[in-house]
Amino acid sequence: METKYAITVDDLTVAYNYKPVLWDIDLAIPEGVLMAIVGPNGAGKSTLIKSILGIIKPIAGSVKIFGKPYKKQYKEVAYVPQKGSVDWDFPTTALDVVMMGTYGSLGWIKRPGQKEKKAALEALEKVGMLSFKSRQISQLSGGQQQRIFLARALVQNASIYLMDEPFQGVDATTEKAIINILKELRKAGKTLIVVHHDLQTVPEYFDWVTFLNVKKIATGPVKDIFNDGNLTKTYGINYKVSVQE
Amino acid sequence: MSSAQIEIQLIACLVAIACAIPGTFLVLRKMAMISDAISHSILPGLVIGFFITEDLNSPWLILLAAVSGVITVIMVEFIQKTGLVKEDTAIGLVFPALFSIGVILIAKNANDVHLDVDAVLLGELAFAPFDRLFVNGVDLGAKSIWIIGTIVVITLTLLITFFKELKVSTFDKQLAATLGFSPLVIHYGLMSIASVTTVGAFDAVGAILVVALMIAPAAMAYLLTNNLKKMLIIAILAGIASALIGYWVAHYLDASIAGSMTTVLGFLFLLVYLFAPSKGLISVLYRQKRQQVEVYLLTFMLHLQNHTEESERHINHLGEHINWGKMQSKTVVDLALKNNMIVIDDNIISLTEKGKGFAEKAIDYITTNSTVAIEEMKEDFFLFRG
Ligand SMILES: Nc1ncnc2c1ncn2[C@@H]1O[C@H](COP(=O)(O)OP(=O)(O)O)[C@@H](O)[C@H]1O
Ligand SMILES: [Mg+2]
Repeated sequence: METKYAITVDDLTVAYNYKPVLWDIDLAIPEGVLMAIVGPNGAGKSTLIKSILGIIKPIAGSVKIFGKPYKKQYKEVAYVPQKGSVDWDFPTTALDVVMMGTYGSLGWIKRPGQKEKKAALEALEKVGMLSFKSRQISQLSGGQQQRIFLARALVQNASIYLMDEPFQGVDATTEKAIINILKELRKAGKTLIVVHHDLQTVPEYFDWVTFLNVKKIATGPVKDIFNDGNLTKTYGINYKVSVQE
Repeated sequence: MSSAQIEIQLIACLVAIACAIPGTFLVLRKMAMISDAISHSILPGLVIGFFITEDLNSPWLILLAAVSGVITVIMVEFIQKTGLVKEDTAIGLVFPALFSIGVILIAKNANDVHLDVDAVLLGELAFAPFDRLFVNGVDLGAKSIWIIGTIVVITLTLLITFFKELKVSTFDKQLAATLGFSPLVIHYGLMSIASVTTVGAFDAVGAILVVALMIAPAAMAYLLTNNLKKMLIIAILAGIASALIGYWVAHYLDASIAGSMTTVLGFLFLLVYLFAPSKGLISVLYRQKRQQVEVYLLTFMLHLQNHTEESERHINHLGEHINWGKMQSKTVVDLALKNNMIVIDDNIISLTEKGKGFAEKAIDYITTNSTVAIEEMKEDFFLFRG
């Protein structure tokens, strides 16, 4: 059977102020993988995710979600931005932030009702944050804020999840909780793309990996391509990780 | 109260409502300065509009001026996107330029009309009731009431209709974009409303009060609540209260109405800034002080937990062992006693069951950083908050 691709990126080049930060990227992400994007700081990982989501306009190339442009497919995609990208002092509660995940399926003007609230409460429960539902978001710890973002993506009930460093600044318990949910989602046939920093845990958490540093270095199954050669090409220095089997 | 007085207050309250709504979102988007830019740079639009329409209250004039407000925003963003200067610098570059073009245009061409720079900055609220709206010879009240009233109705309708979109794009612009709500459309929608409100209110109350009414009530509300809907309501009420108090202060002092309202806004903001229950300055300082004491308390508990020998637990030697002054030791011991965490028997301090439990949970929290252990303690203990 032919592989079905969740996301295909063709000849993508992205520049900020005319300085390219992503150069001629080709990427085909098969449906149903749990994929890590790894690369040094400033490699363009966040930029790649934002380009897939149509937040940033590329200067060349195209992105397709299940064969169609993002604009036609936005209900299929959920995004977990970097935690630092929002103002946590915003006057709102954990539940309200999770409810925002339902806004996409509601469309313009229509307001969330009981059905949306129920979905949001279920998502909070799933990430172990139900008892914090009424708490103001600035009163949550870093790990809790990250769980709220994950819950918000869960209520979108999408087929593809794009996450930018979901493990940044979270405690070990939260990291385990999040990765278990991600693995569960993959079992349910979802495609997950995660910007990840901790190279040690790549083989344990992910089944697919993309090495990125302005250009795409390699992409494929972790067991085939997660090796010192690709790490060295990506990080520039002679890289060695002890990969536990 | 004469009917003119009632009309002036009504106009001021309507302006307060019209300003508080876009103002709340400007404050949350950290764009307070933009309202200043808009209020000054609509002047050339107003003047040009006046030359074309020859009528200061024509809706076309309001639209033209509002367009120049939006053009200001676009110019500021353009300059900012070049990456050569920061946003506030860009604002500082654009609006004095546009404002002075407006001033020159007035000086050159409109000497004999009722557009002058003082009026632009301070407004002429006291005269607003003299400009009446007549339909078929029937007096329907001051024109400003109708103009600003219309703006209030439009703003409220848009707010209620697009509340969800405004909220999500203000909190998380990128999420809004991925959900199919163009942040650009919402951004320029908001800027248009801010511009229309400014133009409509400007003739009556002047540029300075418009800016003050957009920003100060929203800033007060921000300090008083953690709920967006309540923030909007508080901002509206704070604006109305300032307008009314300001009016009567001006009345008794025989001072400028707009000036007095602006002063009251500043004064009320100061009160809120100092005394707001959890985000006010005093409350923040108090909390920091308490946190400091609680860190000492924790250190003390851990010391007692670690040292079973009596010499380490003698009340008079506390100072020597953990190197604290008398006052500090006393504060901490008193706090621990008050919370039933220690008992003192013959000058020897021992932890109670509660004290031991507290110390253990605290160690748990510090070593694992797991918040589950201390959830129930959070309510009566500042230390673990945030
Ligand atoms: N809004 C922006 N304007 C200008 N340059 C940017 C912007 N965002 C990111 N960059 C630059 O683009 C490069 C890639 O950034 P990013 O995608 O955030 O990298 P990563 O997520 O891999 O750390 C970096 O050099 C960064 O400085
Ligand atoms: Mg990044």
